[in-house]
Amino acid sequence: MSAIFTVTMPKWGLSMQEGKVNLWLKEVGDTINPGEEIIEVESEKISGAVEAATSGVLRRQVAQPDEVLPVGALLGVIADADVSDELIDDLVTRFQAEFVPPTEDEADAGPQTQTVQVGGVQLRYLKLGADAAGAVPLLLIHGFGGDLNNWLFNHEPLSASRAVYALDLPGHGSSTKDTGIASLDALAEVVVGFMDAVGIECAHLAGHSMGGGVCLAVTRRAPQKVKSLSLIASAGLGAEINGGYIDGFVAAASRNAFKPVLQQLYSDADLVTRSMIDDMLKYKRLEGVEAALTKLSAGLFAGGVQSEQLASAVSGKPVLVIWGEHDRIIPASHASAIPGATVKVLPGQGHMVQLEAASEVNKLIESFIG
Amino acid sequence: MARKITYQQAINEALDQEMSRDPSVIVMGEDVAGGAGAPGDDDAWGGVLGVTKGLYAKHPGRVLDTPISESGYVGAAVGAACNGLRPVAELMFIDFMGVCFDQIFNQAAKFRYMFGGKAKTPVVIRAMYGAGFRAAAQHSQCLYNIFTHIPGLKVVIPSNPYDAKGLLIQSIRDNDPVIFLEHKALYTMEGDVPEESYVVPFGEAAVVQEGDDVTIVAMGRMVNYAKDAAASLRKRGIQCEIIDPRTTSPLDTDTILESVERTGRLVVVDESHPRCSMASDISGFIAQEAFGALKAPIQMVTAPHVPVPFAASLEELYIPSPARIEEAVMKVKEYR
Repeated sequence: MSAIFTVTMPKWGLSMQEGKVNLWLKEVGDTINPGEEIIEVESEKISGAVEAATSGVLRRQVAQPDEVLPVGALLGVIADADVSDELIDDLVTRFQAEFVPPTEDEADAGPQTQTVQVGGVQLRYLKLGADAAGAVPLLLIHGFGGDLNNWLFNHEPLSASRAVYALDLPGHGSSTKDTGIASLDALAEVVVGFMDAVGIECAHLAGHSMGGGVCLAVTRRAPQKVKSLSLIASAGLGAEINGGYIDGFVAAASRNAFKPVLQQLYSDADLVTRSMIDDMLKYKRLEGVEAALTKLSAGLFAGGVQSEQLASAVSGKPVLVIWGEHDRIIPASHASAIPGATVKVLPGQGHMVQLEAASEVNKLIESFIG
Repeated sequence: MARKITYQQAINEALDQEMSRDPSVIVMGEDVAGGAGAPGDDDAWGGVLGVTKGLYAKHPGRVLDTPISESGYVGAAVGAACNGLRPVAELMFIDFMGVCFDQIFNQAAKFRYMFGGKAKTPVVIRAMYGAGFRAAAQHSQCLYNIFTHIPGLKVVIPSNPYDAKGLLIQSIRDNDPVIFLEHKALYTMEGDVPEESYVVPFGEAAVVQEGDDVTIVAMGRMVNYAKDAAASLRKRGIQCEIIDPRTTSPLDTDTILESVERTGRLVVVDESHPRCSMASDISGFIAQEAFGALKAPIQMVTAPHVPVPFAASLEELYIPSPARIEEAVMKVKEYR
């Protein structure tokens, strides 16, 4: 008998409990290949596409646009063309009869962020995936003004066969805010301390934007701790950076001031939702954040120029460079700064390429680190 | 890092963090220390509902129990504010404001204006408000409208723990007199609140949820009722946008206007009496500024123009309910 596969409401991030169906990207009868985007869904935080985990034919669109459904609810059914309609209807009926939406307590029972102290700085981090013998862990490092949620669409998919850590850098997310840090090397020192504190001897590093610069600085400081580097729209590979964005990010105090700043990050400006802006404002209003971002931006990006060039720090490590062609924060021309690196510039994409083209970025990283 | 705490704990934490940060912050009011020196749990029990518990021991000499004389200690707080302290005076129930009204609206509210900007009065007056506790007509009123009417006062009515903490910190740091009002029914409400200090600015409404069909402006406890109504309406295919002004003075009219211009339909939910209320004020503003965008007459969901009844059955009828909000939304939605 041919298999029948369900497509269900994904869980993006620890807090997601339900999602809204935006639109179907495939019609009933369409042939689906693994990794193809089949339906667009929106959480409170962000919208994105659900990808097929399997191949087959889209046989049912169970969920309708604008429907709000709990995590795990049935969205659609994929099966081979020769599976009978009766079997599919049976499955749908059975699924709907047996489906129990997770309670709030169950939803909270999933993986939780943890904290660790590194030289007087408290760092928040999230570890997904199990430590596997022989598998080198992966450490994800976000960019300026970001946090570990910048890896929302990457963290879990990359953790199938290895432990994957994402942390909040000092001054960011839920880590200690005003630490006076103003250089990539000082951030790298904290990251190396983090790796020691959680027992990572050596890791694949993946960094986005400023986080890419941090990866390079970690490699310069402690090359023995770095197996490879995946640098996404990375800082440290050229002089130019959009100073207007950096200054606007630090200065924005209201939704209306923040929106056009954040929109520069994405190729699809509609991704900048009100709740995303509200969350960013909540972060910026925490005591110490303004001071932290002001010091960091003055140290790293004063006058719209990157103060540190670190391409030479890779010293023979395998490097993957990923960029969005239309990056408005750091130009994609920096992608060629490291001789011998594997370079992939994704057409049409912006700075937040790991979020907007998550599946492609995940595949690139997955095949790069093996 | 954010964790779940109650509205009451959020207020306590805001006071504690501001007292730690700034030695000029003091807390004063009836029983805010609460019988210091009494045995066991009775020792400094921190106000009628324990909101200020723990502050007396932690900040010696800066949590002051006062005589039962609102006119006396609110006047003292206003005077102290003019002389360099940042007092947070607790009035227990907003219903008692009557006895110290001159100190608030003739003195505190006027100093900056009358002294040509040379005086500042950074005082916060906290008080409980709202019905639902069988506390009868003199302990259940919802009087934020009266203070909103007075230029020179800022009026804050947080609807959840996150806003309660951030708005109280902003209130304490603000250089003008702030009336900070806490709904009794919200004290046990839990929500995500960062451990760190943070501010929520005045005059910035929260868009609690987005929707394209009807705008609901709701305040204080009514925000939760509006959410209940909206959840039920969503099942009927109606998407409500809920706006919580958070501060009634200053009022974020832009956010309300922007929303109504999109939805064309407005329901205002206000636990106060209807005349000269936030409901009538916001309705009037929208009628004036966005008349052309309206697809239906504005609906106000308010308490009736009567004192809060003591009888339980009547008090329940008195308070606007999710069912009444739902009814009002259907009325504007189905208007032809």
